[in-house]
Amino acid sequence: MSEPASKIESQKEIKQIKDMGLDQGVARLTPEKIEKVVNEVLENETGARLKAYVESCVHCGLCSDACHYYVSRKDPIFSPAAKVKQTLWEILEKKGKVSPEFIRRAAEVAYTECNLCRRCAMYCPFGIDVAYMMLTMRRICHKLGVTPQYIQDTAHSHSATMNQMWVKEDEWVDTLFWQEEEAQEEIPGLRIPVEKEGADIMYSVIGPEPKFRAQLIYQAAVILNAAGADWTMPATPGWDNSDMAMYTGDNEMMARLKKEHFETATRLKVKRIVMGECGHAFRSVYDMGNRALGWKMPPVPVVHALEYYYELFRAGRIKVAKKFEKPVTLHDPCNVIRGRGLHEMTRYVVNKTCENFIEMTPNREHNYCCCAGGGVINCGPPFRDKRVVSNSVKADQISATTKKGVEVVIAPCHNCHGGLEDIIHHFGLGVELKFLGDIIYEVMEKPE
Amino acid sequence: MHTLHNLVSGPLVWLAFIIFIGGSIYKLVTMAKEAKKKDPLVYEYWDGNYAFRSILHWLTPFGSVNWRKNPVLTLVTFAFHISVILVPIFLLAHVLLWKESFDISWWYLPEAAADWMTLIVIFACIFFAGRRMIRKDVKYLTSSSDYWILAMVAAPFITGYWAHHHWPMYRLMYILHILSGEIMLAAIPFTRLSHMLYFVFTRGYIGSEFGAVRHARDW
Repeated sequence: MSEPASKIESQKEIKQIKDMGLDQGVARLTPEKIEKVVNEVLENETGARLKAYVESCVHCGLCSDACHYYVSRKDPIFSPAAKVKQTLWEILEKKGKVSPEFIRRAAEVAYTECNLCRRCAMYCPFGIDVAYMMLTMRRICHKLGVTPQYIQDTAHSHSATMNQMWVKEDEWVDTLFWQEEEAQEEIPGLRIPVEKEGADIMYSVIGPEPKFRAQLIYQAAVILNAAGADWTMPATPGWDNSDMAMYTGDNEMMARLKKEHFETATRLKVKRIVMGECGHAFRSVYDMGNRALGWKMPPVPVVHALEYYYELFRAGRIKVAKKFEKPVTLHDPCNVIRGRGLHEMTRYVVNKTCENFIEMTPNREHNYCCCAGGGVINCGPPFRDKRVVSNSVKADQISATTKKGVEVVIAPCHNCHGGLEDIIHHFGLGVELKFLGDIIYEVMEKPE
Repeated sequence: MHTLHNLVSGPLVWLAFIIFIGGSIYKLVTMAKEAKKKDPLVYEYWDGNYAFRSILHWLTPFGSVNWRKNPVLTLVTFAFHISVILVPIFLLAHVLLWKESFDISWWYLPEAAADWMTLIVIFACIFFAGRRMIRKDVKYLTSSSDYWILAMVAAPFITGYWAHHHWPMYRLMYILHILSGEIMLAAIPFTRLSHMLYFVFTRGYIGSEFGAVRHARDW
């Protein structure tokens, strides 16, 4: 009948991916330490919710088809409930008496085989939140010091610099001036207002924007400028809304980051925070980080770029010069669709800016994840191949739209962008990838 | 046999009901208290309207995307759950027992319907067991306790059907029927059958989160 998870693993001969963070972390473990840490976390940080989830799960497998890993690989170990079996079920059953090898596999499952996309919560009749359980497993791993090296590096950056990408304070301000200068060549007189106290909006971005995608700051400045927004960006730490600590299980650091972010907005006396097209950052500011700080809802209203664009188009504050002609499709990012229900607003903007919009199926809340989110892409090159081949269903989903003529995929989220880029390349899908801001910037009427 | 019959149809019935009702109250109260202490967010984010919206969608056959994606399982699981709850409460023989013992009575199922519903429960259990053996993902999740639970649920229905139709050894089956029914009832709060108790809370909570915070559907 049933076989223990560990036995099936060896039968399947899952190729163990080398990762310095996981391997060296596990090498330092002893069974006593594991038991102590596991029970500390379970005792102090979990309760009725975890118990009810574990006791209610009838092992029916109805969650399997919710998961892009399972749908792509058809391997039972990727069913959401199977991920709990390979992690918390066993830990609870053995009351924390598990081996370092078990923790190695459990860490790999929790960090690299689940994107915390919460699609399975919509497929489980009991609404069991597997993402919550994977986060609990990550929390245990964090406290055991068993975290993938690459994502841990970003968490270190967060704690040392309060941003994800080791961006120094002067580099940050320099980047804003640089993008302002670039934009002024196109639109003379355009400003990126830094440290403007009392502005309506604080615009915040994720660390990778100044690091790799600085043109997005330029584009946002053009859009905000054309809309006549009263906005500002901070010159101090707190400008970065991203949060990899949330995904490593470092909840204390998650809380510190959000505190800095909200306090920066408060210091600038803005009415609200508008954030760029990032999904996980939104989850951190709107859902998890605020809660870690004890705020039921964010203390400063938070508006995601997609909602803000909708607001601008709805009010006619952005005019379209000529709609985008190539046929487009839209990838719904988990953290702002399942996480905030922005799907219809996004469609409104896409229809306002594009001639020909073709839906991918499934869509809206039911869209498949990009397989990059939840910190999986941040676990870096060692796990890249696994996440790409484990999302062939995404390739099929996009490829079905290209048969209908789609040439451009709009992915309004940084992680989705990274994940889809790899998928499009690996499966040779031959489509372009754009942020919604890219499209708006391209089609809008720009002030002289 | 007579003593055995007296035991299972007397003190053990009381015991089973006490364990079932007492155990259920105990489980729900301790969970609610623990949640208050350790998961206060469940109370904070609970929203009656959205909880109800979600529960309603999932209690309606084909009311969620996943029910529609699995039509056979949906039919079987709904037929099973309706029957497994209604037959024990509304079976004529059971209603008569309540009448005899406490002089209270209520509506009862026509005999043919009760017969069919009993068969539905038995065959649904066989279907669920088969699914556990055949589907790779479900097999991976299955432990021996899952089969024991199915057997525990099927037993009172098999033995009840047997005894009712006066098949060989029906007197023994009658005793086994009462005993297995008692075991199932007492097991509800302490096994995965407790999904019966927790369903409204787990579903309602995620429905509240999806509805009130995330402004999205969860079905």
